Amino acid sequence: MPENTSTEKEKPRIGVFICHCGSNIGGFVDVKAVTEYASTLPDVAYATDNLYTCAEDGLNNIKETIKEHNLDRIIVASCTPRTHAPLFQRTCEAAGVNKYMFTFVNLREHCSWVHMKEKEKATQKAKDLVRMGVARARFLEPQEETRVDVTPTALVVGGGVSGMTAALSLANMGFPVHLVEKDKELGGFVRSLHALMMTTKSANETIRPLIDKVNAHKNITQHLSSHVASVEGFIGNYDVSIGGDGAEPKEVKVGTIIVATGAVPLVPDGLFGYKEHPGIITSSEFEELCNKKELPRLKSVAFIQCAGARGQKVSYCSRICCNVAIKSAIHIAENRDNILGVTEEKAAEAGEAVEEPAAEKKAEEEGSERRRRRRGRGRQAEDGAGEEGAAPSSGVEVTVFNRDVMAYGVENELEFNKAREKRVKFVRYGPDNLPKVSVKDGKLEVGYFHETLKMERTMPVDMVILSTPLVAQPDAATLSQLLKVPLGQDGFFQEAHVKLRPVDFATDGVYVCGACRGPADIAESVSQAAGAASRASIPLANGFVQAEALTSVVDETKCTGCGTCVEVCPYSALRKNDEGISEVIAAACKGCGCCGATCPEGAITMTHYTDQQLLAEAKAALEEV
Amino acid sequence: MTEKHHAAHHGKKKVAGDKEWEPKIVGFLCNWCSYAGADLCGVSRFQYPTNIRLVRVMCSTRVSPHLVLDVFGAGADGILIGGCHLNDCHYMTGNFHTEKRVNLMERLLRVAGIDEARLRLEWVSASEGEKFSKVVKEFTEEMQKLGPSKVCTDDMVKAKVAAADDASETFRLKALVGKEFNLLTKGNAYGDKLDPEKLTGIIDAATEDEFERALILELARIRPMSVKQLGKVMDIPTDRILRHIVLLRQNSEIAMDHPEGFTPVYKTITIGGEQ
Ligand SMILES: Cc1cc2nc3c(=O)[nH]c(=O)nc-3n(C[C@H](O)[C@H](O)[C@H](O)COP(=O)(O)OP(=O)(O)OC[C@H]3O[C@@H](n4cnc5c(N)ncnc54)[C@H](O)[C@@H]3O)c2cc1C
Ligand code: SF4
Ligand code: SF4
Repeated sequence: MPENTSTEKEKPRIGVFICHCGSNIGGFVDVKAVTEYASTLPDVAYATDNLYTCAEDGLNNIKETIKEHNLDRIIVASCTPRTHAPLFQRTCEAAGVNKYMFTFVNLREHCSWVHMKEKEKATQKAKDLVRMGVARARFLEPQEETRVDVTPTALVVGGGVSGMTAALSLANMGFPVHLVEKDKELGGFVRSLHALMMTTKSANETIRPLIDKVNAHKNITQHLSSHVASVEGFIGNYDVSIGGDGAEPKEVKVGTIIVATGAVPLVPDGLFGYKEHPGIITSSEFEELCNKKELPRLKSVAFIQCAGARGQKVSYCSRICCNVAIKSAIHIAENRDNILGVTEEKAAEAGEAVEEPAAEKKAEEEGSERRRRRRGRGRQAEDGAGEEGAAPSSGVEVTVFNRDVMAYGVENELEFNKAREKRVKFVRYGPDNLPKVSVKDGKLEVGYFHETLKMERTMPVDMVILSTPLVAQPDAATLSQLLKVPLGQDGFFQEAHVKLRPVDFATDGVYVCGACRGPADIAESVSQAAGAASRASIPLANGFVQAEALTSVVDETKCTGCGTCVEVCPYSALRKNDEGISEVIAAACKGCGCCGATCPEGAITMTHYTDQQLLAEAKAALEEV
Repeated sequence: MTEKHHAAHHGKKKVAGDKEWEPKIVGFLCNWCSYAGADLCGVSRFQYPTNIRLVRVMCSTRVSPHLVLDVFGAGADGILIGGCHLNDCHYMTGNFHTEKRVNLMERLLRVAGIDEARLRLEWVSASEGEKFSKVVKEFTEEMQKLGPSKVCTDDMVKAKVAAADDASETFRLKALVGKEFNLLTKGNAYGDKLDPEKLTGIIDAATEDEFERALILELARIRPMSVKQLGKVMDIPTDRILRHIVLLRQNSEIAMDHPEGFTPVYKTITIGGEQ
């Protein structure tokens, strides 16, 4: 008795199972007629209809029929392969039919549900669709899926909060991790920050314990002042060369790779008078001044939001800058940690130094005072005194010029409210009316258009803090090319799917987290890092990867080594072998078919989507019956 | 309606003007976007005409000119290619190559005398169910207006489509179009990006050349023909035909056959006896 799985040159024995899907198909297509028709088609050994093919008895029916009628390929004509193919493929396999000998015909989404008012035509179309399925099925061949072993070690590129978190997660799972950081220290951008939002711990106090843990972890090998020099291979089997300052490159073997290279703040050259006066600085420079305790004496500070963002130098909103500005504004208003350097004694001096405030400013202050009272907000907290941990109210006027405040989420919204309670003023500007920073007699002032009063105003200030967006690392393109993973239009690394696969790259084995995939705060970076580590650990923990047998196959007798396929493959799944002939790395190939459609010599066939199969299916649609 | 259906059943050969005629449309849809969009269209019960038959491919980039031209050659009235929106391709750059390939298909349809409106490329995302129904509706109506493809009724058109198919499989066209996207975005081996207009010019010229040669082979396969006859049938100057013939003879693709009087005729030969 012949084996079900053997198909060598034997006449195919196709089984067709046509589903009513309750009345979803049966209500709009004459399923009985389609079944009858199917049984007349070439090589169809058996055809039947089921009320619900995907139900237990429907599946059992397939299994039993395969045995009973010695079927070697199965067609289910029902819903959509996008949801149900795996189920029926498993059923086939359970009955000894290779899953690649299964064909799906979509009678529901592509027929009954879209032709609900023309049963006769819908039935004719259903017959055609089944005939197309049979035409395809006759040319199917069983396939074996490639299984490759995975080196259970990971590489993390970037030693900021994201990279460290990811490395620690993987190391705690027991996997060796190589952590590559181009700087001479770990910590990333957070190391240069002063205070952090929503916590009383300083940036240093927050990041230090993480650095200590990484330093202490036996599974983590650090490569400081280093960079990734080259990457060869594919998921499970990467050969990475790590270059250091003048040092010999180190070769490591890893199974998965996480990209966590962060971002940098935009330098707002040419915007808002930056560099024209020492009082015009960026928010990052503000953090540095706070750290170095070098803030000058301040009476009035203006933040300008979206400096360079949202249509100026970059098109996007950098998300975090509003919250950063709110944080800093509160700290100035509270004089938290005495950042203004106004100690008790100095405060007295300062008091003397306060001359008559500019009339403009006074009017402003009164105006806002009145408004506050009207809104019933003038509560004790605003006195500044009596707030725990806060130095006495700084008495500094803080204004945040903004296009709109992106204080997303509950916590940020609370901080926003808190800032308003601290009398931080939020003044809106429109994209066509950017605030103008100018220097008059050595003094700074901000000119702006008052949206409610509909008139131009000026405000004298001591400092202008430009909230510039985070932009992609200037060398992101280099890493993107080495790893063959894409950058989006703004130069940030681009995940496989913005909603469903936010920390994966489309290329298996490479993952992404933190500010290198777009502006993110620390909490967001940490959750992404945990996610990326978890995704990266799956192949490491399994110890192998199994790729679907949808790949390209190069006929080496036809290939002339022209290299066109290597150029077009988005996954670097093709390479030239020692003879200069193209070869496929099956585990890396995604089966898109680009190389197949491209190869000028016709040397490439796509398994399971051969020209023969596709043409048979398509041409069957045109047959007259 | 029953009548129409009846006629279809009896497989009567249909000609333009026949009331019974309904366009036959094949759609190649990528698995991730357009096929999913067509699924959503069904789930949302957006209705469309029954003429289209869908074939699933993993990526629109799989749809080579050969697939399309061969299916046109088999009598399709219209072909729809559906892919993800640019920059949303599941395989990142796949659909950029699709665009280039479709340009070539259109060029080839043009030279073969098939209205290029019979080929339609649409980006339909997995969430654009309604768009899918609109596209199919519109395309079907358009095909209805264009009438049946001449492939089944006009032997010259059939030969031309076959020639276009062969031309699409030549090394020169495949290599040019295969590299087109990368040449325009990443540049050549020396990092020079090509001027798109210049490249278009090169591909246009190559398309015409390859098509003409393929058509000569196609016609001379049916019956041996003289240069003059070929020039007349193909409606191009004889010196061009002669130039092609010289090259085809060098490649041993064509041979001189029984000279009748003074006029030599040419006949397509197949190396290795393969048909
Ligand atoms: C002014 C300002 C204030 C902020 N304040 C706050 C705040 O109060 N609270 C908050 O939650 N967030 C704040 N943030 C955001 C915070 O800085 C980021 O969320 C955080 O830095 C993201 O961490 P990361 O690890 O993804 O990137 P980064 O911190 O940028 O770290 C990336 C690391 O990768 C390294 N690297 C880069 N390229 C390579 C390469 N090719 N090879 C090897 N190594 C490489 C870098 O040297 C760096 O060490 C602020 C940001 C700014 C600009
Ligand atoms: S494109 Fe074809 S001929 Fe060229 S290297 Fe690839 S497989 Fe070989
Ligand atoms: S099918 Fe796609 S992924 Fe596979 S080798 Fe060809 S181009 Fe690369």
